[in-house]
Amino acid sequence: MRVLVAMSGGVDSSVAALSALEAGHEVVGATMKLWAGPSSSGCCSVADVEDARAVADQLGVVHHVFNFTADFEARVVEPYVADHAAGATPNPCVECNRHLKFDRFWRRADQLGFDAIATGHHARVLPPGAPGNPGGSWALARGVDRAKDQSYVLHMLGQVELPRVLLPVGEMTKAEVRSRAADIGLRTAAKPDSQDVCFVSGPGGRAGFLRERIGLRPGTVVDARGRQVGRVDAVELVTLGQRRGLGNPGGLLPAGERRYAVAVDRSRGVVTVGGADELLCSQVALDGLSWVGAPPTAGERLWVQCSAHGTPMAGRWEPDPSPPGHPPAAGRVVWERPSRRVAPGQSVVAYRGELVVGGGTARSEPSGALPQG
Amino acid sequence: MLAYLDHAATSPPRPEAAEAMIPWLTDLFGNPSGSHGVARRARRAVEDARGSLAEILGADPGEVVFTGGGTESDLLAVRGVIEARRRSGRPPGVVVTSAIEHAALRAAAAGAGVPVREVPAGRDGLVDLEALAEALDPEVSVVSVMLVNNEVGTIQPLAAAADLVHRRAPDAVLHTDAVQALEWLDLASAAGCADLVSVSAHKWGGPQGVGALVVRDGVALAAVVAGGGQERERRGGTHNVAGIVGAAAAARAADSGRAVASVAVGARRDRLVAGLLASVPGASATVPTGTAIAPGFAHLCIEGVESEALLVLLDDAGVCASAGSACASGALHASHVLLAMGVPERQALGSLRLTLGPGTTDAEVDLALGAVPAAVTQLLRGSPDGPVPISTGSAPGAR
Repeated sequence: MRVLVAMSGGVDSSVAALSALEAGHEVVGATMKLWAGPSSSGCCSVADVEDARAVADQLGVVHHVFNFTADFEARVVEPYVADHAAGATPNPCVECNRHLKFDRFWRRADQLGFDAIATGHHARVLPPGAPGNPGGSWALARGVDRAKDQSYVLHMLGQVELPRVLLPVGEMTKAEVRSRAADIGLRTAAKPDSQDVCFVSGPGGRAGFLRERIGLRPGTVVDARGRQVGRVDAVELVTLGQRRGLGNPGGLLPAGERRYAVAVDRSRGVVTVGGADELLCSQVALDGLSWVGAPPTAGERLWVQCSAHGTPMAGRWEPDPSPPGHPPAAGRVVWERPSRRVAPGQSVVAYRGELVVGGGTARSEPSGALPQG
Repeated sequence: MLAYLDHAATSPPRPEAAEAMIPWLTDLFGNPSGSHGVARRARRAVEDARGSLAEILGADPGEVVFTGGGTESDLLAVRGVIEARRRSGRPPGVVVTSAIEHAALRAAAAGAGVPVREVPAGRDGLVDLEALAEALDPEVSVVSVMLVNNEVGTIQPLAAAADLVHRRAPDAVLHTDAVQALEWLDLASAAGCADLVSVSAHKWGGPQGVGALVVRDGVALAAVVAGGGQERERRGGTHNVAGIVGAAAAARAADSGRAVASVAVGARRDRLVAGLLASVPGASATVPTGTAIAPGFAHLCIEGVESEALLVLLDDAGVCASAGSACASGALHASHVLLAMGVPERQALGSLRLTLGPGTTDAEVDLALGAVPAAVTQLLRGSPDGPVPISTGSAPGAR
């Protein structure tokens, strides 16, 4: 096959290119320039492009640079900022995969006559009938290295995309990836993993980035009875369930007991804190659904993960009513046991064993989310 | 087979240049600033080269300052004049440039620490002289208008600009970035009206990393790269002797072959442009016919196509082309030149620059005439069994 490898300049995508070559594919590398603003790390600096180019040279493959900065701004950065302004906690890596890596980049690859793309994500694509995938459709499975598994941020892939996606490093542990890179002397072998959101990695961090875009307002921290117990510098940066940085609401709860943001009212600038049990709820409502294969049946028991490396929890799928022949556009997961409320905007991804079933976005109004206890 | 149609990026070295350089890369290794025989030989070579280049540029040898290339020449011109003014206690003034200058000049102006007035260009790719007149006043210290635009190849009305400068900004120094010009124009006349002239050897078949700035007698200029006092204290650093020798040898060849080459290259360019306009869907000539364009330049905008993708397919087909200019990361942006000319962004994103040189063959032109329409057709068609885009919004059920 002719394979276009998305090379970020990191070790995972370097080894993805190496593996695609070793598998006998005709390989071309390409680096997406995504972020036009200042960045001290992440995947868009000139130094990262040089790393990707050097690896491509070393592997003897052609390398191109695609400038997708305008798409990235419109599809990832602006929604990220808007979500924060609206009180949600977005996951920009998911949107980047959805709109850039597996859409814009993929369409570019198709246009250029490639049969497939490859990336350095830690997850596995299983063809129908492959070991671990007894069903008749393509499956997306967790990566072999559970600690590095990235299937969560790839949950939007479906039957259209998966047959034309290679994820070679999903079969390896991170240690294997690094040792393979070191074996052939790739300059990226010891490069640190990228951290955080690539475009907010500057010295000011998330606060500095958002302050420039939307301005941030201070807020008051109150207890369940409305008494002010503290202040925060930026109410836009408080996430539901957050524990740190809420001041010291002294006396609210017995010493040693932890206090969490249990409600965030951006418009009034008020954060309500309470104990962990006040965060518990019975379900999470989702929209923006997508399914890898067939949607789950109503009442099906799934393992559901609410953050990139969160622990999956058991719940039952309750789809909203939808017209006949149309998959449900929204629905809810009803937890088997009361569970921490999910911050609106977060991706919620369902699994059957190792396989991704699909996912969606936690809705801002978790209807029916009755606090427990 | 390869069609190298990116001469404006860098030109293939002329054999005369390579041959002239070899002794200075091997046995004749002296530092021209030294005081012994080996040094003297190197100094003589540099001064001979300076003499040759000065003659071609219509300058006295003492007016030619060797630099590390076009970017440095532009920087020295703008910063050198402003710094000299500061040192002599005069106000640094104001820089006036056209909006279609090369990034080297734009960066030099932007970092000079003085106000910069940018003069728009017309849809014809020429600096707007009325707007230039309005931008000029006695406060202005540096005016910079390029001679041949590096993207679309338009030959700027430099003499008319010089008239305006002399009348309206008598205190100003006129600089021209003539980096793309020497192959096509007799600079002794075409750039004779400028006080400062930037050139770069690799655009005329000389080596990369060698340039020069003509500094007319009487123009006060402070060094930007200071140091050992070389180049009459206008540019420090040990001379690149081989490069300077090669630059001069190539310039002599370019100068003597110019008249013949311009006609032949212009004819090939015309055939290329006419063929592409006839065969490429959505293609239009970026600059209207009748505009003065250097013979080596062909520039098209192709609607509905992204240059980035087009260049990949052309590369596969063995055609070396460009979209205009590229940043260090190699990624493309809509060209500031095209946007300044008022080309709609949709078209500017589909820009294609093919630049020819004296060595360009008919076979290379033919290869491009086949490859460009084929590539554009592939891009416009898309693959019928290609992937359907993943939902473009997060609307419920948008997949």
